[in-house]
Amino acid sequence: MMQWLSNMENTKPLALVIFFVVFVGILLYVFANKKRSKRLESYKNIPFLEDDEAGEQKDKDSRNG
Amino acid sequence: MAHSAAAATTQYNYDIIKKFALMALLWGLLGMSAGTYIAAELAFPFLNFDIAEITFGRLRPVHTTLVIFGFGGSALFATSYYVVQRTCQARLASDWMANLTFWGWQLSVLIGIIGYVNGITEGKEYAEFPWYVDLLITVTWVLYLLVFVMTLMRRSQPHIYVANWFYLAFILATAILHVFRNLSVPVGLFNTTSYSLYSGVQDAMVQWWYGHNAVGFFLTAAFLGMMYYFVPKQAGRPIYSYRLSIIHFWALSFMYMWVGGHHLHWTALPDWASSLAAAFSIMLLLPSWGGMINGIMTLSGAWEKLRTDPIMLFLITALSFYGMSTFEGPMMSLKSVNALSHYTDWTVGHVHSGALGWVAMISFGSFYHLIPRLWETRLYSVKLVYVHFWLATIGIVLYIASMWVSGIGQGLMLRAFDDYGNLAYTFIESVVFMHWPLVVRMIGGMFFVSGVVVMAVNVTMTIRNAKLEQAALEAKIAAKLAKAGA
Repeated sequence: MMQWLSNMENTKPLALVIFFVVFVGILLYVFANKKRSKRLESYKNIPFLEDDEAGEQKDKDSRNG
Repeated sequence: MAHSAAAATTQYNYDIIKKFALMALLWGLLGMSAGTYIAAELAFPFLNFDIAEITFGRLRPVHTTLVIFGFGGSALFATSYYVVQRTCQARLASDWMANLTFWGWQLSVLIGIIGYVNGITEGKEYAEFPWYVDLLITVTWVLYLLVFVMTLMRRSQPHIYVANWFYLAFILATAILHVFRNLSVPVGLFNTTSYSLYSGVQDAMVQWWYGHNAVGFFLTAAFLGMMYYFVPKQAGRPIYSYRLSIIHFWALSFMYMWVGGHHLHWTALPDWASSLAAAFSIMLLLPSWGGMINGIMTLSGAWEKLRTDPIMLFLITALSFYGMSTFEGPMMSLKSVNALSHYTDWTVGHVHSGALGWVAMISFGSFYHLIPRLWETRLYSVKLVYVHFWLATIGIVLYIASMWVSGIGQGLMLRAFDDYGNLAYTFIESVVFMHWPLVVRMIGGMFFVSGVVVMAVNVTMTIRNAKLEQAALEAKIAAKLAKAGA
């Protein structure tokens, strides 16, 4: 096994497959599930949650309908 | 403009942010002035005055250290401490540790530049600090990581906002880069010289692994953290797509680590390493532009803010320069383009379209948002922000355009052959050709520095007004209390 891994001609395509699968996995995680997508998008409001900025809080409220 | 309530200043540690913000401006002014002076030295060499301490070779690392670590570093400390507190709704984990990061960082920059003008340097680009400063930076950086992570752990929010991911990636990557680039053996305990653990092409490879990731994580990822907080806040609307920011983060963090080799095309570096770096550089265009689009589209539906808000102008123009330089960079990483561009002024122009257009502009915009909130007041003059914006933009355009002319001309002249295979131009002919572009570059630098002077005046007056307002308020309260007592 170690000998197989030490051969660059084997590890280069292996690395490509691993990285590609991880990248596709992240894409699926982020975009595939509607409920999760909604939850992730809700985090964009975190900078506006500061309760001491009344005007901005009002802006946020109006954005959320 | 919105104001923070007094409660925020007691709930959060703003003192440390104020200190870092002011030092960022001071180092920025000094570093950019040093840059303009050495630009003038290249156009008019008599300005060296045969004084060793102010020659280009000594002042150049002073310029880069002051603008990258003094200005950029202090701006990142300031904004990361602000953003992590505001988005976690938690006070910084340790005031004394945060204070130590301030003194450790400022002392490192100061010792570094005093050494450079006196000829004490390790001679590694952007890592010129001698070994004892490297150790001081290491201690400071560990404290920074501790303060940041411990504050994240104290957060009131279940989720860590994406800006903090970028800041944390910057802190971790910089730690790795700093330690491995600076592995060296000092000649003695009381000797400023040390010898690198690497040699030959390995040293070159480590250097550009460090150098380009300094660009990737120090000057890009960290400032993207700044962008992901201050663009939405100034626009008054959330980031365009949070999911895109997640893809942006992972793709950028993964890809940047591989591209350093593109600084070593056509050298002793193995060809496959060079090609790998070029391939990853091209792929980097996607996350870079994804992030840029995410930032700019935050203004979607509110483009009129660009007409009415000069701070927004700074932030969006910064993103535009980010897009431009992250297109130019991958193009220059192609071996064929690099054969022309490398070792010419084109590279210098490219670096500055990123450094001035992206890093400095996003910092200025963020500071104009931040400073009135830290001192609980309004900006002294919005008009001066417009003046600063135009001085900076004209300066950058003059700088980049002149470096394109100088660099591409230089590259073409140095590789031109006549019918007999002889070089068509002598070296000095290329130097003569570069004179006027170098003069224009110097003028561009003067514009940019003038803008920073305008900002310094605006910030000084803003803080002065804040103190006057505070004094008036205290007097009013005292008078009321006295009246109530009588």
